[in-house]
Amino acid sequence: MSWSHTIHGITYKFETLRELLAKATPERSGDQLAGIAATSRVERVAAQRALADLPLRHFLTEAVIPYESDEVTRLILDRHNPKAFAPIASLTVGEFREYLLSPEADLTAIAPGITPEMAAAVSKLMRVQDLVTVAARCRVVTRFRNTIGLPHRFSTRLQPNHPTDDPAGIAASIVDGLLYGSGDAVIGINPASDSPASVRALLELIEAIRLRYDAPVQSCVLAHITTQLRALEQGAPVDLLFQSIAGTEAANASFGVNLALLREALHAGRSLHRGSIGDNVLYFETGQGSALSANAHHGVDQQTCEARSYAVAREFAPLLVNTVVGFIGPEYLYNGKQILRAGLEDHFCGKMLGLPMGCDICYTNHAEADSDDMDALLTLLAAAGCTYIMGVPGSDDIMLAYQSTSFHDALYIRDILGKRPAPEFEAWLERTGIVDALGRLNPARALPGGMPALLEANT
Amino acid sequence: MPVQDRWSQLRRFTPARIALGAIGHALPTPQVLDLQQAHAEAKDALYTPLEDASIQAELALLGIASLTLESAAPDRDTYLKRPDLGRILATPHPELPSTDIALVIADGLSPLAVNRHAIPLLNAMLPLLPTAISPVVLVKQGRVAIADEIGFLLKARLSAILIGERPGLSSPDSLGVYITYSPRPGRTDAERNCISNIRHDGLSYESAARRIAYLIREALHRQLTGVHLKDESETLAIPSTSN
Repeated sequence: MSWSHTIHGITYKFETLRELLAKATPERSGDQLAGIAATSRVERVAAQRALADLPLRHFLTEAVIPYESDEVTRLILDRHNPKAFAPIASLTVGEFREYLLSPEADLTAIAPGITPEMAAAVSKLMRVQDLVTVAARCRVVTRFRNTIGLPHRFSTRLQPNHPTDDPAGIAASIVDGLLYGSGDAVIGINPASDSPASVRALLELIEAIRLRYDAPVQSCVLAHITTQLRALEQGAPVDLLFQSIAGTEAANASFGVNLALLREALHAGRSLHRGSIGDNVLYFETGQGSALSANAHHGVDQQTCEARSYAVAREFAPLLVNTVVGFIGPEYLYNGKQILRAGLEDHFCGKMLGLPMGCDICYTNHAEADSDDMDALLTLLAAAGCTYIMGVPGSDDIMLAYQSTSFHDALYIRDILGKRPAPEFEAWLERTGIVDALGRLNPARALPGGMPALLEANT
Repeated sequence: MPVQDRWSQLRRFTPARIALGAIGHALPTPQVLDLQQAHAEAKDALYTPLEDASIQAELALLGIASLTLESAAPDRDTYLKRPDLGRILATPHPELPSTDIALVIADGLSPLAVNRHAIPLLNAMLPLLPTAISPVVLVKQGRVAIADEIGFLLKARLSAILIGERPGLSSPDSLGVYITYSPRPGRTDAERNCISNIRHDGLSYESAARRIAYLIREALHRQLTGVHLKDESETLAIPSTSN
């Protein structure tokens, strides 16, 4: 099947669904790098107009990557729920946008009927305010030792990375984060060394802090999932199992994972029964451009590939999912404007598919972006109901060499938008006197009973 | 007045920006300007030229032959927008001799890191390597995967590339090393092992050299690199001379 649209006597043709989606995508350096982007602004709008007239049903008959050759496509189509799809089955993509913006739409009910490609397609017709409006109406709640995603809540991953995994250095950053009210989504370390012994040592470090202060938090060490599974077998206290995932089978293979391995991780994580109030045991990170960077995008635009990774995520009922939006570099998201839109699209598509979507709002020093761009995206995402962001000391990740959001950034959002941390964590912050009853930081705050043993001997 | 954090003594445990203090929810003015300065330094590291002539001269003093090649990316801006060009050589199939381990030094995203750390790291590494590494190939505007093509041309069993990592606010000069068994164009990142954060306040030359030597030995022995080769150098009984 092919599509065309005529503007002022010039007819633009689109031979495949893949091409139509790619040409309809707002400008993105990654799609230009892949050679699949619209070559003019008018061609882009022609593609968007043709896409607006496309029936949603078509996405169930034409796969952007063949069913036979890609397990992510098979997962998407095999798991599609026709009953949930029924209320929107007769709509075109353009009508779907209007349906989503109508106040009476039941977004939770239709989520299992939406494929990633449908979500990606409708997002391409949306302005920033549409992406914010619809995402803000989605509600996704997950649990492990606390409750993530309730209305008017805004959580943070405490990210206490250290360039050599030094235990005291990591503990110092954890203390700093907790005293700034950060860490309810997860205390998650990106390790410098991908070894089972080092994963175990870091998990035991967080575990000791959690138990000492009786904090309702969960831990994670973001090594490769096979390394975490080996640490788990060796007796490490594993709360959440982490993996970076992508939207095509070949891109996942480049990460050294597939659906069977993720299923094994889900079972291994649940078998430990460490979650006190829930069994959402997985944590995924994604990001536009990963499939292209692995040369595994099959001519599909990077935003559609990204949305497909959310179909992978939702199969495993994760506690947390976040796009790492500006990490990948200027060849995929060139500047602050592209990063901003991508972050909002990813959050929107994740929420539409029923995921507890957060965002690592970030940039690297080789992209044309700065802290002002991040403040803008942070404020918009918070307005869109983003589930959580990162908390990095001073926004400077000294291990991964990029800038994310800081503990202070989360306080800014909670302050101006009246949002609060997860309820169990909020109660702990009040109990320990870190914040007062209004949620404001206590200037004289300290951890109850003193510093962690690792730091105490030296202070 | 900014509130001083009572746990500021913890700063000596980490170079992370902890205990910054706050006015309401905001950072104090000096801390805001510290971040601006660090960002400026990182941007400048990205645009520092590779000092290939002086690195080649130092290699010659160590008795190691070397040469400098260019990737297909002619300049920094093209390099940033077209990483594919940074993964291939400007001139295909240059005449190169054979070697057992292909050692490549590329500017990457922080030429400053290579200018500072490549020679000291090599000094620590060379005594630990089992086999010949000559000639060393320097690459301008190079990405990690260019070592696949170079390793293949050198008919090497394994490639190791020293490359400047993406400059961070606290680390404009961090060096990374990627090791790939049986290098050839088309290898994926899952088929490599990486040691990163080699710099003064990060991984020391000696620790990095030990891990690199361990991975190279294991890779040659087990004939693979990547996710199936774990860095277990810390857990293995390494004979200690200190006690």
